[in-house]
Amino acid sequence: MEPRDRLVGTGDPMTDVVMRAEDVRKRFGRLEVLKGVSLDVTQRETICIIGPSGSGKTTFIRCINHLEKINSGRITVNGHLIGYRETNGKLREDTEKNIAHQRTQIGMVFQRFNLFPHKTALENVTEAPVRVLGTPADEAKETGLRLLTRVGLADKCETYPGKLSGGQQQRVAIARALAMKPALMLFDEPTSALDPEVTGEVLDVMEELAREGMTMIVVTHEMGFARKAADRVVMMDDGTIIEEGTPEHFFEAPDQERTKQFLSKIL
Amino acid sequence: MVWVRIAHPDHAFFRALYTTVYMAVIAQFMGVVLGLIAALMRSSRLAPLRWLSGLYIWIFRGTPLLVQIFFIYYGTNELFGVNIIPNTLHLGLFSLDGAVLAGILALGINEGAYMREIIRAGIDSIDKGQMEAAKSLGMRYGLAMRRIVLPQAARVIVPPLGNEFNNMLKTTSLVFTIGVYEMFADAEIGYSNSFLPAEYFLGVAFWYLVLTTVWAFIQAAIERKLAASERGEELSFIERMQAAWNPATAWWARGTR
Repeated sequence: MEPRDRLVGTGDPMTDVVMRAEDVRKRFGRLEVLKGVSLDVTQRETICIIGPSGSGKTTFIRCINHLEKINSGRITVNGHLIGYRETNGKLREDTEKNIAHQRTQIGMVFQRFNLFPHKTALENVTEAPVRVLGTPADEAKETGLRLLTRVGLADKCETYPGKLSGGQQQRVAIARALAMKPALMLFDEPTSALDPEVTGEVLDVMEELAREGMTMIVVTHEMGFARKAADRVVMMDDGTIIEEGTPEHFFEAPDQERTKQFLSKIL
Repeated sequence: MVWVRIAHPDHAFFRALYTTVYMAVIAQFMGVVLGLIAALMRSSRLAPLRWLSGLYIWIFRGTPLLVQIFFIYYGTNELFGVNIIPNTLHLGLFSLDGAVLAGILALGINEGAYMREIIRAGIDSIDKGQMEAAKSLGMRYGLAMRRIVLPQAARVIVPPLGNEFNNMLKTTSLVFTIGVYEMFADAEIGYSNSFLPAEYFLGVAFWYLVLTTVWAFIQAAIERKLAASERGEELSFIERMQAAWNPATAWWARGTR
């Protein structure tokens, strides 16, 4: 973070805010999927967003890196307004160049991996650092190797995604996002497309990452992961955040009837 | 004898064959470039570009190629009031006959309209998640297209592109009508001088078949290479041949299955 990105005042917990969403609203046609979502995520924090299908959790994190436009509200990452620029109090969509630049700071891991099938595992990891950040190829390769080692795939560098299992592909996808040295990592149901026996290997990598202090927002149905790794759990329903708190609070004594109902169904 | 035309083509014939090949190659290349531009324009955020792309294929797919060839050769200079199609185009050491130039332009522009649809379909066939993943890594549209989407789309585009070029090799025969001395013109003139239709037309048909057959082999090799780099799965040359079936390649691939 550059100094000017920080808000004034030390000791204020607000200074560590990495991502701030204020009253974010989003419509698909007539259907309002986000009805005013506000959330602060501070540095080194791991947030799990849970909630039933259609509650808007995936849409919300897709708004954070502007894969979806928002209709009102504002989202900032490291103090920068995402996707829009403000002139005279009015928000207008930012240029493609600026949006692309903002995205370099926000890593994203998709439900269906979205690895580049025509590139090897290592090429998947080095592509963006080399082409977007201008990292020298050998340096990117070195970092790539280190990241793939870290996710336990050092021996799969030259393998194409088609020859990797789902769990391995998702770990490559995590390494690919980390290669950009992001300030924030978004995970969109990273284990939902995986066989049950390989979800563990992906969750282990994510837990490790959380322990190392990466700031993470994870949309997930894995309550075990939420319990172990999350600093805060956020429950979304029908386009709003209905409850947030520590994992203990959630899994022992949630306030909302809707949360109890939801948890009783999936636990 | 027919066999004389097939087995002992004369010098003029080889010049004609060469003309056919280079016109087809240049026109096809032009078609791919125009098709790519038009395909990208079709999905542009700017409405006028989308319209222009639509207008382009509407006109060039909706009118006969023969009319387009005649119009471009005889009509453009008059229409625009400037000498767009010269009698001879001088390019340093080389010079290009005006009719050849007009023929290439007509074939290329016409081909671009068809290529737009093929390239479009190729791009559309790539999962949207690829573009999203590229964008999430900070790539801009152009870079993501070039590095991520188009290389994958190429695999979908190449088989129909191969068919287009096969067509192009044969369609060049139309430009004999504006006086280009290509293979068909050679046959036509030979026939008019000799009144030996079977000999000349069967002879020229044989040489078209040679060209398209050679191309089938080249196409199979290209597809094999693309498939290998795409998924990391090495298909054998024979397997690609079978995919690009025609009697010649089938003979080549006999007995492997």
